[in-house]
Amino acid sequence: MASSTTPSRSRSRIRRQRRNGVLLLLGPFFLLFLLTYLVPLCYAVGLSFFREQFSGIGWDGPRLVFAWFDNYTRALTDSAFLSGVGRVLLYGLIYVPLLIVLAITLALLLDSALTYGRRFFQTLLFLPHIVPGLIASLIWLYLYTPGLSPIVDFFSWFGWNVDFLDDGILLSMVNIAVWGALGFNIVLIFVGLQAVPKSTVDAARIDGAGELRIAFHVKLPQVLPTVFVATLFTIIGSLQLYTEPMILRTSGESPIDNAWTPNMLAYTSAFNSNDYHYAATVSVLIALLAGVLSFLVTRFANRRAMR
Amino acid sequence: MTDLLDTERPPRRSERPGAAGPGPGRRAARDSSPWWLRRSAVTALCAIAGVYTLLPLVWLLFAVTKTLPELYSGNGFSPSAGFHVFDNVRDLFTVDGGRFGRWMLNTAVYAVGGALAATLLSVAAGYAFDKFQFRGKEKWYALVIAGVLIPNTAIVIPLYLMMANAQLTDTMWSVFIPLIVNPFGVYLARAYSSGAIPDELLEAARIDGAGEIRTFFSVGLRIMGPGALTIFLIQFIGIWNNFFLPMVMLTDNDLFTVAQGLFTWNSAVSQNPDYTRMVVVGSAVTTIPLLLLFIPLQRHWRAGLAEGGVK
Repeated sequence: MASSTTPSRSRSRIRRQRRNGVLLLLGPFFLLFLLTYLVPLCYAVGLSFFREQFSGIGWDGPRLVFAWFDNYTRALTDSAFLSGVGRVLLYGLIYVPLLIVLAITLALLLDSALTYGRRFFQTLLFLPHIVPGLIASLIWLYLYTPGLSPIVDFFSWFGWNVDFLDDGILLSMVNIAVWGALGFNIVLIFVGLQAVPKSTVDAARIDGAGELRIAFHVKLPQVLPTVFVATLFTIIGSLQLYTEPMILRTSGESPIDNAWTPNMLAYTSAFNSNDYHYAATVSVLIALLAGVLSFLVTRFANRRAMR
Repeated sequence: MTDLLDTERPPRRSERPGAAGPGPGRRAARDSSPWWLRRSAVTALCAIAGVYTLLPLVWLLFAVTKTLPELYSGNGFSPSAGFHVFDNVRDLFTVDGGRFGRWMLNTAVYAVGGALAATLLSVAAGYAFDKFQFRGKEKWYALVIAGVLIPNTAIVIPLYLMMANAQLTDTMWSVFIPLIVNPFGVYLARAYSSGAIPDELLEAARIDGAGEIRTFFSVGLRIMGPGALTIFLIQFIGIWNNFFLPMVMLTDNDLFTVAQGLFTWNSAVSQNPDYTRMVVVGSAVTTIPLLLLFIPLQRHWRAGLAEGGVK
């Protein structure tokens, strides 16, 4: 320990200081991260392998039984769960590409210097980001309701009777979500576009590339990573569909039941039927679905990047 | 994924992003381009998007001025015959024993307090991941980043059961604690720290004898200000938007968020039709001031994203 005392002692002091620094700076976040992310996730997995069973007449109360994969087989044969997943996937299949294509298009337009008042439009389009999904859904519900809605009236002038709250209800939700998320994604992509070096764009222009070619072959490839992140977040968000259907179902005769999306099913199982084990199973399956989709999108994006 | 994990910043470019130059617009819009690439056509397209964005907000603005019967009759995009804003707002804050004010206060605590705590935690963690070497660092970091991909709502129900075991459900903590953890904030903070804080500066502070914590607060946190503001805004909006968590955790009306309160009113319209007016006015009273507040903030927001390496 003690050949050259002073430097080694101060070095160990520094090392200890560094270690304490890491513990104090990272510790609080990490502890909370464990408590609010990893532990609940593991807890959910644990719960999903058990179920409560009433023995005899049930006077003794329920007994906890190890259920192997029973809850999972139940979910995967439960028509409520399966149609919920189907709805969410269909919703995502419409919503995600629509949002991303619109956001890219508008970001490119705003970046192209072909637009007057670019800053004004950005601020304007960004506004819905500040309106929470619940309030956005409430407003749109009025704009969808026949008799209240000027939009329905507008269409019926032309003899077109649209019913936003019946067959097209999934599209009505897509519209609410696009309205809320478009501006944020435009700004995200626009920020990326602004970082594309001007010299690259000028060089392409001197080479005779038109605005369209510049947009799609020079600028767009540079922001693909941003687009990828935006897509990933949008997919994960769309799996959690909850607020919009919860609001739209308050309108009279709505086709939406209380297990319309996997999230609603998890809530209903937990708090209406007190079946926490099944609720946890549904939660785990949502997380798994998110994992699988993230993996696929990442693979796809990486393969595109390789080429 | 590569980019989510990649914290190296690209070499600083000569021009600052965000400072939108006038650009070579005039040349681009010369007459040889097709009609749909002319300035007027492109501006018209953006204007359509703008009108689409504004319609619901304009509806809300007009709706606040209306009486209950007026909400159900006449054109949604025209103002009320009278001007009932003051009556509406007064009713909003007095109905049900003034519950709405309580909900606003709760939401402010959750959103402002939660976002502040989340920002401090994320910035400290991101800074630690960037500026310190320790064993298994990249593995721990990968674990945090994996948290970004976990759907939030999938954790809420098991979290509820844990909170119930700790007898914390139906307290403010049950909503507050989960809201102050944001793995994405750590990602942003690490990227920002690696771009903005030169290691030499920290060395200098250490040589001056400052401890690690003091160095973080006096040097690191100060430089990371703009990045921290971005994280704060993201988290603030995230909390303000969060509906599922309080729905699961809270049954006590006095702890509700505004969103939850409006939802309850909206679900009780059949018992009291006037709740419709309260829902509309409540939406406007909470949203419109926030919209005005965020218009000037939006610039910082964008600058933080650009610097933070969300590329």
